[in-house]
Amino acid sequence: MTHTGSGLIVDAEVRRGSFTLAVSLTAAPGQVLGVLGPNGAGKSTLLSAVAGLTPVSAGRITLGGQVMDDADAGTFVEAAGRPVGFVFQNYRLFPHLTVAENVAFSPRARGQGRREARAAAHHWLARLKLADLADRKPAELSGGQAQRVALARALAGQPALLLLDEPLSALDAGTRLDVQAELKRHLADFTGPCLLVTHDPIEALVLADQLIVMEGGRIVQEGTPAQIARQPATDYVAKLVGLNLYPGRADGSQVMLSKGGSFIVADHGQHGDVLVAVRPSAIVVSTERPQHASARNTWPAKITGLTLLADRVRLDLDGQPSALADVTPAAVAELSLDPGSQVWLTVKATDLEIYTPGEKQAS
Amino acid sequence: MRRSGLIMVALAAAAMAGCSSTTSPAPAGGSSPSSPAASSPASATGTITVFAASSLKETFTKLGSQFEAAHPGDTVKFSFGASSTLATQITSGAPADVFASAAPKNMDTVVTAGDASSPQDFAKNTAEIAVPPSNPANVTSVNDLAKSSVKTALCQPKVPCGVVAAAVFKNAGITVKPVTLQPDVKSVLSQVELGNVDAGVVYVTDVMAAGSKVKGVMIPANVNASTTYPIAAISGSKEMSIAQAFVAYVLSPAGQSVLSAAGFEKP
Amino acid sequence: MSPVAAPSRLSSAERARRASRGGASRSVPAPLLVPALIAVAFLVLPLVGLLIRAPWGRLGAALSGADATQALTLSLWTATVATAISLVIGVPLAWVLARSRFPGQRLLRALVTLPLVLPPVVGGVALLLAFGRTGFVGRLLDSWFGLTIPFTPIAVVMAETFVAMPFLIITVEGALRSADQGFEEAAATLGAKRMTVFRRVTVPMIAPSLGAGGVLCWARALGEFGATITFAGSFPGQTETMPIAVYYALENDPDAAIALSLVLLLVSIVVLVSLRDHWLRGGTVA
Repeated sequence: MTHTGSGLIVDAEVRRGSFTLAVSLTAAPGQVLGVLGPNGAGKSTLLSAVAGLTPVSAGRITLGGQVMDDADAGTFVEAAGRPVGFVFQNYRLFPHLTVAENVAFSPRARGQGRREARAAAHHWLARLKLADLADRKPAELSGGQAQRVALARALAGQPALLLLDEPLSALDAGTRLDVQAELKRHLADFTGPCLLVTHDPIEALVLADQLIVMEGGRIVQEGTPAQIARQPATDYVAKLVGLNLYPGRADGSQVMLSKGGSFIVADHGQHGDVLVAVRPSAIVVSTERPQHASARNTWPAKITGLTLLADRVRLDLDGQPSALADVTPAAVAELSLDPGSQVWLTVKATDLEIYTPGEKQAS
Repeated sequence: MRRSGLIMVALAAAAMAGCSSTTSPAPAGGSSPSSPAASSPASATGTITVFAASSLKETFTKLGSQFEAAHPGDTVKFSFGASSTLATQITSGAPADVFASAAPKNMDTVVTAGDASSPQDFAKNTAEIAVPPSNPANVTSVNDLAKSSVKTALCQPKVPCGVVAAAVFKNAGITVKPVTLQPDVKSVLSQVELGNVDAGVVYVTDVMAAGSKVKGVMIPANVNASTTYPIAAISGSKEMSIAQAFVAYVLSPAGQSVLSAAGFEKP
Repeated sequence: MSPVAAPSRLSSAERARRASRGGASRSVPAPLLVPALIAVAFLVLPLVGLLIRAPWGRLGAALSGADATQALTLSLWTATVATAISLVIGVPLAWVLARSRFPGQRLLRALVTLPLVLPPVVGGVALLLAFGRTGFVGRLLDSWFGLTIPFTPIAVVMAETFVAMPFLIITVEGALRSADQGFEEAAATLGAKRMTVFRRVTVPMIAPSLGAGGVLCWARALGEFGATITFAGSFPGQTETMPIAVYYALENDPDAAIALSLVLLLVSIVVLVSLRDHWLRGGTVA
């Protein structure tokens, strides 16, 4: 990996009381780097340091070739001086200003005149389809609207780096999918690097190009979502990232998967684009096709890899669809499972989690 | 917690009850005080409260201790202030046993309200100008007070020392614009003592009492004005015999000598 | 399992009331109700006494005789100026006390709130000793500029500011301490420098506390007596404020005193009503 001049480079330590964060990461322009980890992993500290709200205790942070924070040289650029846009978990929209004024805040703060700032605000509001909310106050917005306003506000400042702190966690499951799709589009349009912090694996898998998993202030694994899922470095990572996610099109009780195959799912009247998730531990692996079973979904697959985890073995399976399945080591031995073995996969319709827009999650 | 709360309420109620005013206007006054205090000195021991004009502060405090020495077991408490304020307090029911006013007018207010009868004049006081020891404005006569460059402090016009000052200026044919009108003569004096004003019109007795803290500038007798001090026992007093004894003491030669030593004149 | 309590009576009206207003609304328990009623009586009865005893028929005559207009005008504008000064210099001090940290901070806070507990007359004497003609600052002002402060309306404003500003400082400091600094962080990430954050985020968000503190400050300044009469003296039109006018009127013309008191009461009510609950809530906007 070459370190280009642009993009975000963090190679630093932040000491806060008894907690130490030590990371080394790079985010290239246009890349969305997902930072995944449990509470207390240090994700917020990381964002805080990159934003300039906390100085680093050692090491340095560079953005676009310019040094933001260098503990050895003793230089530090204040938060207000960094070209960073921050979307906070609780949005932090200024309650006493209207939506338009909120979005215009950054241009004005950086020196633009009132008229130009207002024009910039309206440009971004239109782009995020918030134009008719321009005169509302934050208290009058729904969760999804507030999230988009927060994004517009961050983008209006023409940042070189975007920081997103659990952007979807405050939304209910129904709105989440909708907003998630939109957010992915906007992030794709953003030319600079983007650091997205979350504890929700689905968010990370959907939105991020590259993933970093953090635990206890340290990076425990990095790579693409697929890489991490296939070879989780720790048990926590396995549980977190080893999720099978399938986009598809639903029609009542059947979902046609985009990448091939189909599932029978619990029928809640869903129609249109959906995401189907199934945990590796919910997939049953058999050497023969099961007969007379209640499970509705059965399909053939070939084992392409095995990974030994603490208490289980993760199988990498190629099929329609491909999947990860967790089985016990005893089962592997008993069934003589090897790479290349042909098996049948089974999963119950009730073990499939469907994410649909506009509907509360039922599982 | 609840019990202590109730105890607090009970204590507060008891305190409030104990502080309630004791006086009520006596039925149509006029009965002359019977048996002066000379006989049976040990008959009553108690405490009296004397409301006295501010200008009587030093003298009456001394008279009080002397009275207490002569009447063992009796205590004299004082409340000093502007006579007009004190008169209003008495007619509103304040628990006074004796009233000594710096002007007849304020005593009349109390008598008319039925709270006192047969006041007797016990002293007279004339005005004098007090200036800070360094006399920054070089005040040498009462006419200097009319100059706009001289900062003068006076008593409020309705207070006895204010009335006296107005009479002095009228006699002298001058108009004085003071910088402040103070509630009573002692606060005029402190303004002079602090050097905040160039001059203040107070009483002769105040200049004497202040000693080296102020310098006095005499007012010629032909323009000067004076005020007479009446004293009376308050009708509703619960310690009438002690009150009358104190009044008699003030009028006695012993009391009068204390007053004249301080600069008061005979009424 | 702990024993179930015996049921009490609940009428259908009470049921409806409790259901619609949520579980918290119940009638006031007696140990709280009785003291509360005593408090109400204590605060309201004197005001009622004022209204009953007022010489409604000859209000106009009573007021004109007692320099009422002069005293009222003076009181109103000095209290307003004192409040304005308190806002301009008090709010920054409140910010320093709430947000920065330096050695001796606790001592500074204690000193700043001293006028709150100091008897006003003592404050007046202190002001005299500093700014009076012979005071250590006043002396310099007199010899350099020929300027004496006592007995001028400026002295009234200074005395009122001295006693009233701590109210504003305390209120605003409390609001700043409890304010959510997350908004200020957000503003910083949006490129706002510290003074911009203060101007556009911090101050608007503590506006309710500013309002409440300002009203407290204004009311305290309006009612000040001891410090003003000692430091500024009293002269009609120059330094005789309403409270002093009431005090003097009380000795000579009680009807005038009551009339003046009524005017002050009316002014206070007008101020409170116009600011209303919205501003007197205290706390912050969010």
